[in-house]
Amino acid sequence: MNFFYFHFMPYLHLDPKIRAEYDSCWMVLPNSAYDPKKGHELYNRYLDELELGEELGFDGLCLNEHHSTAYGMMPAPNLICAALARRTKRIKIAILGNATALRDHPLMVAEELAMLDNIMGGRLICGFVRGIGVEYLVWGVNPTFSHERFHESQELIVRAWTATEPFAFEGKHYHVPWVNIWPRPFQEPHPPIWTPTNGSTETVEWAARADHRYRYLQNLSAADACKRYMALYRDVAARNGWEATPAHLGWGCPVYVAETDAIAMREMKPHIENFYNMFFRNPPHRFLPPGYMSLESMRRLAVDKIPVFGPQTIDNLVKHGVVLCGSPETVREQLAHNAKDWGFDTHMGAFHFGTLPHELTVKSLSLFAEHVIPYVRHVNQPSPAHPSAVH
Amino acid sequence: MTTENERIELRGLTLRIRRAGSGPTLLYLHGFDGAAAAVAVTSRLAQNFRVLVPDHPGMGQSDIPSWLDTIHDFAYFYLDVLDELNLNDVHLVGLDLGGWIALEIAIRSVERLRSVTLIGSAGIHVNGVPKGDLFMRPPDVVLRSMFADPAKADALLAHTPTREEEDTLIKNRFTIARVGWHPPLADLHLAKWLHRIALPVHIIWGDSDRFFPIAYAREFERLLPGARSTTIPECGHAVHIEKPEALAAAVAAFIEEHAR
Repeated sequence: MNFFYFHFMPYLHLDPKIRAEYDSCWMVLPNSAYDPKKGHELYNRYLDELELGEELGFDGLCLNEHHSTAYGMMPAPNLICAALARRTKRIKIAILGNATALRDHPLMVAEELAMLDNIMGGRLICGFVRGIGVEYLVWGVNPTFSHERFHESQELIVRAWTATEPFAFEGKHYHVPWVNIWPRPFQEPHPPIWTPTNGSTETVEWAARADHRYRYLQNLSAADACKRYMALYRDVAARNGWEATPAHLGWGCPVYVAETDAIAMREMKPHIENFYNMFFRNPPHRFLPPGYMSLESMRRLAVDKIPVFGPQTIDNLVKHGVVLCGSPETVREQLAHNAKDWGFDTHMGAFHFGTLPHELTVKSLSLFAEHVIPYVRHVNQPSPAHPSAVH
Repeated sequence: MTTENERIELRGLTLRIRRAGSGPTLLYLHGFDGAAAAVAVTSRLAQNFRVLVPDHPGMGQSDIPSWLDTIHDFAYFYLDVLDELNLNDVHLVGLDLGGWIALEIAIRSVERLRSVTLIGSAGIHVNGVPKGDLFMRPPDVVLRSMFADPAKADALLAHTPTREEEDTLIKNRFTIARVGWHPPLADLHLAKWLHRIALPVHIIWGDSDRFFPIAYAREFERLLPGARSTTIPECGHAVHIEKPEALAAAVAAFIEEHAR
């Protein structure tokens, strides 16, 4: 198993009274609610917390990208990666961002990521995303072209990374007569590509193509959905003529470890509930603008009236296996069980969420590093028959 | 008045067209809310005209075409429809989205047209004048913003859509977003070429339109100096639902007087 540590970097000093005046802290909450002095402290606190990940023995850090929101202060994850690049020596950094469909030019993304991979000597992982629905509203980018632009921009980036001679890219959305980026990436043929998602058939189909074999990361989802989509990935891979291994799959979830189960539940509760109810919430019409999902998926949502937008409680999250919460023993058992049952070799723990204070973040991280990682490390280790395709 | 439904195969899609009435040809280009919502107007117009009401490609019961990327694709497609059906001396009447399509058609060719009538039309953007938005606000708020009389909006909101209506709504929103997401409901290059429309033009607006405020009517008047204007009193954006009688009368009177 590989252990990655994810930080959302939320602006956690949100005044609940101001927050309550808006239906979401995305798009509509004015940035007068953001105090730059507190922001300065938070950026430095969060960077310290991320750097601690290397000391504690995690394999990687995960960054993400979100815009116009208190949910995360990381609209430009490549900048945070650059800030970490020279303060860390060993740990990998996975950018679960670069929402290329939202950007004007994918080649800028290709160049920035190649720079980072060179500076870090090949420690970069690139998890391209489409951004969430509301980001198409705040950027004025047409969501009905989201899938097309996502696919085409990634094709351009991978070709730009791997070509050693100038070439012409002739796409519908990007048309570039002379592609020849400098620098090219450190890793051969290019940094690993991950596909983080909350689960969709379209994403599985994309990641499990024989010419992609991108690691599929099921993130912030109920246990039954995680298991189902990971099985679907293996099925689609088989249909495409190749065999997916645990090295092609990953699971992401909020994690909180404390001395006992009872303490963990008590300490995690207010902060994880804030994560969902204060930071994550978006009204349906802004979360799912037209075309963000296929018409078929939109219809299914409308018909099934899937309750993805209601308030959350920790009991519900634990019950559905969305979060890992408990003593080291509880967490290691659950994690090892899921890894074997669902067939993934990489876990991505969101060790900071909502309003979790620094001391509790460090306590949970340290307990996990010391009392969970060593016990689960051996699970789904690559064997000669199934060498890791990712690391 | 009998209505006939027709389906024609063209450019890889099935286009559904309702026909009613007889007389000069009037092609009614429906708005955001589809052809069904315009029946109160189109059935009245059918007393004086041969009215054709297509479901736009990607809306209502017409297929979503693979080639639909911009509003220009709508314009060229409808020029193909005019050729295919060999229609001449056509009076184009378009509401919001349909008005925008009518203008995009007419700047390209007026060969088969006789007049253009715009009702609360989309297509231009007036800097500094906020207009309605179909996607940022909840659907019920958007609907209310279309009406001067809140009771009319309430009546529509009281209806729970059937599964079929829900499907059509999702499809319509997709197609409107496809052509009208950015810049919102406008083609910033359209205004440059409106002088090409060498036809009688009629601009109709609800005096209390909160979706496209009356400043948009004034801007169309400036860009189309020969056009006539009619303001419908005590009426919001949804002229076709709030004042169908006054609207049909205004459309017919203008054509009778200026474009016979």
